[in-house]
Amino acid sequence: MRAVTSAANDVLLGRRAFLRVSATIAGGLIVSLHLDLPLHAQEAGEAVPAPKVYPPDAFVQIRPDGKILIKVNRLEFGQGVQTSLPMILADEMDADWSQVIAELAPAAEVYKDPLYGFQMVGSSSSISHSFQQYRELGARTRAMLVAAAAQQWNVSPAQCRTEASVVHGPGGQSARYAELAEAAAKQAVPATALLKDPSQFRLVGRRVRRLDSHSKCDGSLKFGLDLDFPGMKTAVVARPPVFGARVKSFDDKDARRIAGVRDVFEIPLARGTGVAVVADRFWAAKQGRDTLKVEWDLSAVERPDSAQLWTKYKTLARTPGKVAASRGDEKRIDTFTASNRIVAEFEFPYLAHTPMEPLNTTIRFDGDRAETWAGSQFQTADQAAIAEVLGLKPEQVTFHTEMAGGGFGRRATPDSHVAREAATIAKRVRGAPVKLIWTREDDVQGGYYRPMHVHRVEIGVGPDGMPLAWRHVIVGQSITAGTPFEALIVKDGVDSTAVEGTVDTQYDIPHFHVSAHHPTVNVPVLWWRSVGHAHSAFVMETLIDELAMRAKADPVAYRRKLVKPDAKKLRGALDLMDLKSAPWRTTLPAGHAAGIACHECFGTAVACAVDVSIENERPRIHRVTIAVDLGLAVNPLGVESQFQAGVAFGLSQLMAKGAITLKDGRVEQRNFDGYTPPYIVDAPVAVDVHIVPSGEAPSGSGEPPVPVISPAVVNALARLTGTRHRSLPLVAV
Amino acid sequence: MGPHRALQATSLALIACGAWGASTALGSARDGVAHESAAPKSAEGLAAWREVYSVLTSPRCINCHTATNHPQQGDDRHRHFANVVRGPEGKGVPALQCVTCHQESNADSTGVPGGHGWHLAPLSMRWQDPSEKILSSAEVCRAVTDRSKNHGLDGPGLVRHHEEEPLVRWAFQPGRQIDGTARTLPPLTHEQFVAATRKWVEAGTPCPQRR
Amino acid sequence: METYKLSVNGQPKEVTVDPGTPLLWVLREDLKITGTKYGCGIGACGACTVHLGGIATRSCVVPVSLVGDRPIVTIEAIAEDRVGRAVQDAWVAHDVVQCGYCQSGQIMSAVALLKTVPRPTDTNIEESMGGNLCRCATYVRIREAIQAASQQLA
Repeated sequence: MRAVTSAANDVLLGRRAFLRVSATIAGGLIVSLHLDLPLHAQEAGEAVPAPKVYPPDAFVQIRPDGKILIKVNRLEFGQGVQTSLPMILADEMDADWSQVIAELAPAAEVYKDPLYGFQMVGSSSSISHSFQQYRELGARTRAMLVAAAAQQWNVSPAQCRTEASVVHGPGGQSARYAELAEAAAKQAVPATALLKDPSQFRLVGRRVRRLDSHSKCDGSLKFGLDLDFPGMKTAVVARPPVFGARVKSFDDKDARRIAGVRDVFEIPLARGTGVAVVADRFWAAKQGRDTLKVEWDLSAVERPDSAQLWTKYKTLARTPGKVAASRGDEKRIDTFTASNRIVAEFEFPYLAHTPMEPLNTTIRFDGDRAETWAGSQFQTADQAAIAEVLGLKPEQVTFHTEMAGGGFGRRATPDSHVAREAATIAKRVRGAPVKLIWTREDDVQGGYYRPMHVHRVEIGVGPDGMPLAWRHVIVGQSITAGTPFEALIVKDGVDSTAVEGTVDTQYDIPHFHVSAHHPTVNVPVLWWRSVGHAHSAFVMETLIDELAMRAKADPVAYRRKLVKPDAKKLRGALDLMDLKSAPWRTTLPAGHAAGIACHECFGTAVACAVDVSIENERPRIHRVTIAVDLGLAVNPLGVESQFQAGVAFGLSQLMAKGAITLKDGRVEQRNFDGYTPPYIVDAPVAVDVHIVPSGEAPSGSGEPPVPVISPAVVNALARLTGTRHRSLPLVAV
Repeated sequence: MGPHRALQATSLALIACGAWGASTALGSARDGVAHESAAPKSAEGLAAWREVYSVLTSPRCINCHTATNHPQQGDDRHRHFANVVRGPEGKGVPALQCVTCHQESNADSTGVPGGHGWHLAPLSMRWQDPSEKILSSAEVCRAVTDRSKNHGLDGPGLVRHHEEEPLVRWAFQPGRQIDGTARTLPPLTHEQFVAATRKWVEAGTPCPQRR
Repeated sequence: METYKLSVNGQPKEVTVDPGTPLLWVLREDLKITGTKYGCGIGACGACTVHLGGIATRSCVVPVSLVGDRPIVTIEAIAEDRVGRAVQDAWVAHDVVQCGYCQSGQIMSAVALLKTVPRPTDTNIEESMGGNLCRCATYVRIREAIQAASQQLA
């Protein structure tokens, strides 16, 4: 997915008019990904597809009481899209914002991402891909309302104006949108739409509070895990202790005696098989599973072991991999002697996502149709997978998108494994809805981790202290190999999600060579918020900082010198961060140090400065100053939240117990006691966020906060202790 | 000196030592501070203390007798999860008290131990140092017998504490972990522990020489 | 199976369940009150926090058999209380929530703090909220909102 970047003017997208990718998910269903490019497609000799007109009535509903319901074509899982996309539409529509309510759209053709061609959320692309789309929807809706009013008043639409859900006519006439809704719906959807000049925006660019706050503060909002239906059953699955193992036999005598347990049966999993326990309630299902005696066939599965993997990866990292980027002379690095050469090896462990809401999916299968409720980041794929398992067509599966308690990439699974498990169980429990729940233990131990990585970098330092030659080898599993995304993302043996952040660096290094190895390991892997950037930015930013220190240069000045002259966004962010943080950076008390990092990803440039001291053998982050250039900030309040919180999320990589490790095939951690994300004491006390003013097309804010924080903190620690950590997580500071 | 007289002399000496031991181990009424005794201690009393010490420093007890701001948990005595802290009275802090999770009795279905009034032992009753190293037998003995530190408990008070205090009794019925396995017990049963305490107290609560 | 009489948000309720069933699941599945959340099941994250006998309690680790007659208050009723309302208002005014899944527990913990320490220091906040996990990591705004609620209640 990352090769198809969110940047609207990406060269790769520009060369494709229409791309259909077919792939088989186990079972043979073809999933088609249409890359439909109404605004950008050009290909010599190929016809440009007609611009797509999205029907307003699928996105906007004006109710008789004046409420305006806006449908959001993405999952809301904390990032605020449930507020920002409606803001865009409501602004163009001149709707009364106080009357706007938002709903997550179900899975349907019309809600597919306009550039990717499938319904999804991820790669920080919601606003950048749907900004234009939602503007047009709002503008078209407004035009239809005005046309209806103009017709009634026998005036020309050009003589009318709109404001706060009211159309005003030239002669003092006025009509509320609610009054006009029916007539407006009968109007033809205009082929063109007049968009506002940005200077006329009333909502876009303003600090607007989230629409979903109240219901998330009073217990009324239902997440997928909260849903309840008449006759609903709950299911949990006993999973193999080693990925891919199969059930040899199981004894469910005791399980079936637990009051409320209804059924126990083996099911196929994405890897291997497991045993499903279906009960009236979660607790009974869990007790049933606890008393299950399962014998596992571990004979045919590889048993991954972290210690062995580190050794293997480090050995690989000393050999050239498949070339990911190469400019200048790749042998130039070999001409440097030890005194002018840095050799650095970095270790990044497996990471679990652990969104607060455990994974779940509810399905009711009636034989000729099915209904699903899930907080899915990949509705199209999940719907298709459920249909395949149930022997239905996708359109026979109604798929409701539920508000989700976090995701960070975990709910975007190319193999739709949770959906498939739920469908398999629903098929057996036919007629009654069944809710499949992954317990926290299932989640921590169930795989789909951010892959483990080793980076090995050799830098030849020039006489001016700047990096002249740079040879970089990255070792890590390919996230997209074996998935429908492989064809798009793996090129010449390199998975771009593993090397992003290095190959696209904004640092101007003349002799620059990146290569990658993608070992095959029996651990399912997945994208973790900011994907490759999470580890690559750590490598780049700690090395650049080390170079700056070596050259006795100010870390900001050094970066300014090294960043490409035309990296406008990154330079702007760096400058604004410098301006806002210099006063405190230069007046830190004893025992504190400042750390700097900057990075550009998903079209957004971020620079940060951190104030760190050491307390109780841990880094204590007193303050973070962040500057960000993400083009037009649709909701600056939302952006501020994303960055204040996103950097604290990024600190997951530094947590003492922030690693998933395997021993002889088994995951060693079980729950938050063994795999521990940041709590309040681990997070920065204060974060001030500064947005570079911009009228450029909006880019993302979901993932960009994550990569910069860990290197910034480690850079500060290097100044405090003299030790520059290259192995994560930080166990000892 | 004939054998009979030697025996008499030895017995007298031993009794004298015992009395001395008792008085010095618990200190004079005046200053409440233990004094080192130059006289030999009761071997049996010291042996009984060794047994008491083995219980006090087992995980079920020592995990709450910490020198730090937090309790420990598990047989490996790792820091208790969820950043729980001591608080001003050893009962945690508002919103994160010990009783936020720990109820009046063990919750075996959820793996959380419980007993009446779950809380940390006061810092005066720490049996490890701030780096979590278990204190020596001599150091623990001095702390336990220091009436200025042990809430004024005398010998019989110590026996009563070991016999009746709910959280002490809990250590011997510590319940099950969430995976269903029973928590590791201290090296003695409760009865043996109380008996050893009594023996030690009757010997005058002798403490080993400070090393 | 045993029958238990519970007081939930001022209402008498009766449930017949296995004695070891955590209060969390009794609330969610037998009483259909779902504002209190399942995050981990071992008391490590605080998403399941209710007030039991006036004390912030992690309902995922308390078997219903140990509840007794202590009144239970959940997030659904917290606004009926002056402190609860101030905390909720501050949470909304300061745009604290992101995904929101942990926030019932965060609010229940914050209310317990403010009821005991009306003017908490930063250290008070950090210690008392120290066991509430927010994976979205909205901690900066949680601190701000607690301070704001405290000031509003003063």
